[in-house]
Amino acid sequence: MPDKIAFLPPKKSVLDRRDIIVSDLADLLPKGCLVSEPRGLVPFETDAFIAYRNVPLAVALPETTAQVAAVLKYCSGYGIPVVPRGAGTSLSGGAIPQADAVVIGLSKLSRILDVDYANRTATVQAGVTNLNISEAVSADGYFYAPDPSSQLACTIGGNIGMNSGGAHCLKYGVTTNNLLGVKMVLFDGTIIDLGSKALDAPGLDLLGLVCGSEGQLGIVTEATVRLIAKPEGARPVLFGFQSSEAAGACVAEIIGSGIIPVAIEFMDRPAIEICEAFAHAGYPMDVEALLIVEVEGSEAEMDAMLAGIIAIARRHGVSTIKESQSATEAALIWKGRKSAFGATGRIADYICMDGTVPLSQLPYVLKKTGEIVARLGLRVANVFHAGDGNMHPLILYNINDPEDAARAEEAGNEILKLCVDAGGCLTGEHGVGIEKRDLMLHQFAPVDLDQQMAVRAAFDPQWIMNPSKVFPLEGRPAA
Amino acid sequence: MQTTFTAAQLADPHVAESEAILRKCVHCGFCTATCPTYVTLGNELDSPRGRIYLIKDMLENGRAADEEVVTHIDRCLSCLACTTTCPSGVDYMHLIDHARIHIEQTYRRPLKDRFVRAVLAAVLPYPSRFRLALRAARLGRPFAGMMKRVPLLKTFGVMLDLAPDTVAPASDSTRPGNRPAQTARRGRVALLSGCAQPVLKPGINEATIRLLTRLGIDVEVPAGEGCCGALVHHMGREEEALAAARRNVDVWTKAITDGGLDAIIITASGCGTTIKDYGHMLRLDPGYAEKAARVSALAKDVTEYLSTLDLPRLEPKRVTVAYHSACSMQHGQKITVAPKALLKAAGFTVRDPAEGHLCCGSAGTYNILQPEISATLKARKVKNIEATRPDIIATGNIGCITQIATGTAIPILHTVELLDWAYGGEKPAEIDIAN
Repeated sequence: MPDKIAFLPPKKSVLDRRDIIVSDLADLLPKGCLVSEPRGLVPFETDAFIAYRNVPLAVALPETTAQVAAVLKYCSGYGIPVVPRGAGTSLSGGAIPQADAVVIGLSKLSRILDVDYANRTATVQAGVTNLNISEAVSADGYFYAPDPSSQLACTIGGNIGMNSGGAHCLKYGVTTNNLLGVKMVLFDGTIIDLGSKALDAPGLDLLGLVCGSEGQLGIVTEATVRLIAKPEGARPVLFGFQSSEAAGACVAEIIGSGIIPVAIEFMDRPAIEICEAFAHAGYPMDVEALLIVEVEGSEAEMDAMLAGIIAIARRHGVSTIKESQSATEAALIWKGRKSAFGATGRIADYICMDGTVPLSQLPYVLKKTGEIVARLGLRVANVFHAGDGNMHPLILYNINDPEDAARAEEAGNEILKLCVDAGGCLTGEHGVGIEKRDLMLHQFAPVDLDQQMAVRAAFDPQWIMNPSKVFPLEGRPAA
Repeated sequence: MQTTFTAAQLADPHVAESEAILRKCVHCGFCTATCPTYVTLGNELDSPRGRIYLIKDMLENGRAADEEVVTHIDRCLSCLACTTTCPSGVDYMHLIDHARIHIEQTYRRPLKDRFVRAVLAAVLPYPSRFRLALRAARLGRPFAGMMKRVPLLKTFGVMLDLAPDTVAPASDSTRPGNRPAQTARRGRVALLSGCAQPVLKPGINEATIRLLTRLGIDVEVPAGEGCCGALVHHMGREEEALAAARRNVDVWTKAITDGGLDAIIITASGCGTTIKDYGHMLRLDPGYAEKAARVSALAKDVTEYLSTLDLPRLEPKRVTVAYHSACSMQHGQKITVAPKALLKAAGFTVRDPAEGHLCCGSAGTYNILQPEISATLKARKVKNIEATRPDIIATGNIGCITQIATGTAIPILHTVELLDWAYGGEKPAEIDIAN
């Protein structure tokens, strides 16, 4: 059984100064922007990766970039660890604090600052939710493309931290492909701007470096993102199969043939049952696996693309094909899919994997995943972005049973190693966080990690920014 | 999520129920996005997920409530938007009900809070006392501004602002007795008179009686019914709430025995949410559990019942209605289609304001107890409603009517008042449209 993943031991020098730190932070922040009472700190002890929890030292909820800078300048001055937090929806524990950390929550930075249709950009504060951006421009015919399933709640700051993806990223790319600029605060309180409203920036691609850096290179407080014009039409179609392998092979052939729909999502029978119970979307209940394939464009474009996809699906023995008949039905199909993780809570606790594999390996990895989970006496529900090969096995377990929890963690580790061994990687979109940190050694040689850590240290020489995450504790440079 | 209650703790059925609710939460955070107080304040402690955690920590440790916890629980509107959003089916309503009872039993509020709450509980549920208070409020109006500057009197200053300009005399609609169907009889219902509503807007139940009897329904106003108990229930004053529930269950059970009932009609969705929960509230009372469950099953919002009567489709009117769905309607009772479908069938043009899932800030006595957050939510709601450029606002809850009316000049009516007008009743006095 794997050991629990260790956080850095809290610094005694910080814990001993707790009262002074809290009092100093109170001077830096407006009233109502600091949580320091012991009761109030407990709800910040975890995010959506609930197997791990640490009550932080304090939670700062700044209202301006200047306040974020003041808090960071103060914390770096005393070597106090800082953990950024958006909406706390991370599935890899990216926002889980440590006992000596000040959490900087961006939830009060929730304004849309500028919408520029001429340049097709929106500039928003980091605490704006992903969906809020699309909603703000929807009436004018635009949207922000990356759509993590938690888009209702997750913030753009968190999306940048994890380089989040989503169902529709198959066509439009993930966060990094839709991000034009950021305002960001460095560890010592320096405020910098990277990128602009233009598609390219001179010099090194620091913006590309920041996107996906999991809160370790700085704290983003504003972002400028691309807006995309909405398509003329969009149609999700349901394809039911009698085996997961057949559905997986179908996905591989669709992409292999050069067809790129907007989204290809996969659900196996347990996932279908879970999602149908919540959304009543009309998913077929007599199949072992389901693909939601969305096509978009003009009617003729959609018909042509669908004809190609249907022909491929028939070769793989598709048993049900169901087109959504209305906007309401389409919305329900997506509501069910996007609520899948939360809805799983109806039947069990879960940990959600995020491995990505080459598409040709999908059927094999699905089969092996089932075997791993069965061997450990657990259940699994698969619901994921099949077109990207980004798998999300949900390992079902009982969190109140420590042995069950340890088995779930073991199954997760084996599945992620399987993804790496199949030529893929540990994370498609959820980030490494705390969850996959110690598996980084399976993905990377020590020399690779050393180079990445050198880049990290160039931004944060003291290692105070979200320090327990991403890089295995052993092998780090001496602080 | 993980819980650590002991077997001894779980022997208490309330704790056992809360534990089962907590176990369903996977901490996904979706609920934060649609929570009015999180959206307003940006602090997770003022979100459902934060409150769930605070409640879990308090109950697990068997600890008395303290100021930090009470502050954040008190800020919850009980709008239940989180229960509409939650994918994993967390029964937040019954969890926070339990927390409020625990707070009431273990926490001593400051004197001022205790006084205000005692006054609200002693006045609002009783129509004659409430009417008297409102008449006195008219005299007190000139002093409202001054009172709001004195901390001890602030809450009463807020109440004066909410009090209407005129107070109608006791309505005939609350007189017990049967109102026979005016056309071929097709059903029999009991109508809840309620407490605050007939004092503030007696026209709502008058319109309901006119409309239903015109449609062939016998409408019974049973003797002895009173406040549904929601007000004290949301304060955690459980014994008072259960006493109110038992009294009404007795009254309606008699009405069922005497002449049969097709439904118990409720015209305030806040009350509807509570009455539909009587079966749960009294589940541990062997003398009442079954009767209460029957009453809850018969409880229907007036629009829910009307939509079973197949009302004829009418010619379009040149009247645009912004429909404001009360939280207790859309989240508490999950009634989202019926009111708008009825208005459309009656010929009204119906508009959905943006952010319809967000509370207007009324939330029972919330606008009195949490005036700052309430005022922010009211301004947001009114802005969204006015953006639809309606002639009239329609809603199904007296609290929203009172709240929104103090923020806009657009007339606001109960859905049933518009339906009564459309189906042969008089035009409500509030409407002044040239058509």
